[in-house]
Amino acid sequence: MKTDIILAGVGGQGILSIATIIGNAALKENLYMKQAEVHGMSQRGGDVQSCLRISSRPVASDLIPAGAADLIVSLEPMEALRYVEYLKPDGWIVTNTVPVVNIPNYPEGEVLMAELRSHKNVIAFDMDSVAREVASPRSSNMVLLGACAQLTGLPTEGIEAAISVVFSRKGERIVESNIAAFRAGLARANGA
Amino acid sequence: MSRKLMLLGDEALALGAVNAGLSGVYAYPGTPSTEITEYIQENAVARERGVHSHWSTNEKTAMEEALGMSFCGRRAMVCMKHVGMNVCADPFVNSAMTGANGGLLVAAADDPSMHSSQNEQDSRFYSAFAFIPTLEPSDQQEAYDMASYGFELSERYGTPVMVRLVTRLSHSRSVVDCADVADEERELTYPPADKTRQWVLMPGNSRIRYKEVLKGWEDLKNASESSPFNSYIPGSDHSLGIVAAGIGFNYLNENFPEGSCPYPVVKVSQYPLPEAMLGKLYDECERMLVKEDGQPFIEEQRRRGVGDNSRVCGRLTGDLPRTGELTPDSVRRALGLPELPHGEKCKVVAGRPPSLCQGCGHRDVFHALNDVLKEYESAKVFGDIGCYTLGWLSPFNAIDTVVDMGASITMAKGAADAGQHPAIAVIGDSTFTHSGMTGLLDAINENTPVTIIISDNLTTGMTGGQPSQGTGKLEAICIGLGADPAHVRTIDALPKNHADMTAMFREEIDYRGVSVIVSRRECIQTARRHAASATRK
Repeated sequence: MKTDIILAGVGGQGILSIATIIGNAALKENLYMKQAEVHGMSQRGGDVQSCLRISSRPVASDLIPAGAADLIVSLEPMEALRYVEYLKPDGWIVTNTVPVVNIPNYPEGEVLMAELRSHKNVIAFDMDSVAREVASPRSSNMVLLGACAQLTGLPTEGIEAAISVVFSRKGERIVESNIAAFRAGLARANGA
Repeated sequence: MSRKLMLLGDEALALGAVNAGLSGVYAYPGTPSTEITEYIQENAVARERGVHSHWSTNEKTAMEEALGMSFCGRRAMVCMKHVGMNVCADPFVNSAMTGANGGLLVAAADDPSMHSSQNEQDSRFYSAFAFIPTLEPSDQQEAYDMASYGFELSERYGTPVMVRLVTRLSHSRSVVDCADVADEERELTYPPADKTRQWVLMPGNSRIRYKEVLKGWEDLKNASESSPFNSYIPGSDHSLGIVAAGIGFNYLNENFPEGSCPYPVVKVSQYPLPEAMLGKLYDECERMLVKEDGQPFIEEQRRRGVGDNSRVCGRLTGDLPRTGELTPDSVRRALGLPELPHGEKCKVVAGRPPSLCQGCGHRDVFHALNDVLKEYESAKVFGDIGCYTLGWLSPFNAIDTVVDMGASITMAKGAADAGQHPAIAVIGDSTFTHSGMTGLLDAINENTPVTIIISDNLTTGMTGGQPSQGTGKLEAICIGLGADPAHVRTIDALPKNHADMTAMFREEIDYRGVSVIVSRRECIQTARRHAASATRK
């Protein structure tokens, strides 16, 4: 088993929590993994990216080569498209469709959606609304995690268990709310 | 007994050091090195033992403090980003002359591609000219293992040892096999009688010691040939020989997985270079490809070292890009392997540069400054290193220079000396105590007409909110250095104070002497964290 995932978003959106949870679940499965993340200047409202590689064989490079990513998982639609050259021809893009417009030259929504639709395998929806409905506005990242869960190659129960572990310090209520968001994302990806 | 942990390269080195009986870590925060010290600050064993981990004022004080601990026979580590090496260059280079007593590691985290830095300098040049051996881990496990190995190397050869990291290792997580139990700290033991002279670097002592250092360097070359971290890996195809340094080894393995590389390889993770291994590779292969992250350090040495250098290639020959970090893709191209099939870069994607947070006090400073400076024909604003460097970007476009820690004050002074008015410095609180205070003293001693704005957010913000060494003392420091108290003024950096702030800036710009304005507002990121932890309590 080998899954290369590019996690993308805007600084502060919470992509690193997704990486931590998938990493935790992979460790439970006794898989090898590497996860390169971005710290420092890049966090201040700029684009943020993390390479997450999980495999049953040792992982060499911390970075994912162009054309090797199985999955691009993004909290923001333009950020999903920033890394398409890294995607395998049959790879998947799973993205939130709510834009973060903090630059003057942000592309038109129509243009962006047309670009997304030009890719073969895409799961894209408004994850902020789903998060608000079932949990809290801050759990969009868990909706995203749910939406991509079945494409990670990890058992979804394992990922759910990892959510409990990672958020346990913050209390039962936060854990439940994040799991609700995760399940809603999963259901939505399954077309429910 | 051992256990498996998910650790950043930085954290692996930190835990390795604690488990090897570390007594003190000394550091100033700097991306990508910050997490080494932060990990030790939070580590249970280190806390219980009282391992020193308080932040230092800058990299020079850190290096000297660690050298003092090493003098007393205990194991110490200094951590910094690559440009911190410039700040501590004096004690670093001279620490090769004094040598080390207790194990002394100098962790320098380089930032090829300048993810969060102003240049791409490669710390291996420093260690080479100082005659200090260097370890360069290729992965997180080696980063962990090299702490203990490095301390032993340091003690055996009586020299500081550099551990050179790069961003992609510092900030990448992997599973690391770690010891369950930490070694005891070392006892206080002072340099033996025949080694005390070298700790006093007077010319007479230094001349003697320098010869010993050079002799020791030959021993260290031999140590590199037998290092467990360097190896010659045979291959059947001699049309190419590969030198893979540090993380470059991983990119090789990415492209030739699990030992499938047909070419002979020399893996380099300990310096001085294993010349015998490299010579063998050069002699038996038609071409030698050097893959190293950062600047072409090995490649340049090899090109100098052989008569016919046309067979050495790498960054200098264009086989690999001259600038920027190595990637699995650039290494793949250099190996002549076909690209994996992939799509084009998406053309509609726009750049998204970082920006100051909403609710950040630096914003108020730049708004007020821009409003006031419209009134002057040619104002120049000298910036500094920190979040407020982002003031150069739109919508502020508020600063004219950013060079190095503390340069705002001294460059403003030089500009004022040249006849520039207004000459304004904008510097953060942590950068001010790091390297701004001495420049302020220069300005005070000549009463140079400069206006210095210390934008005080009560933290070292850029690197994630570490305590700032001048908090609560800034005005007293300035007055203590001799600034006129009437021109050391303080204001809260809040939107409601905009009019007061512009008035204060105007008055102090028009005063033809040294003024310091401390504009104060807690960093919005640390303020949120403090609020959250208060609610939890």
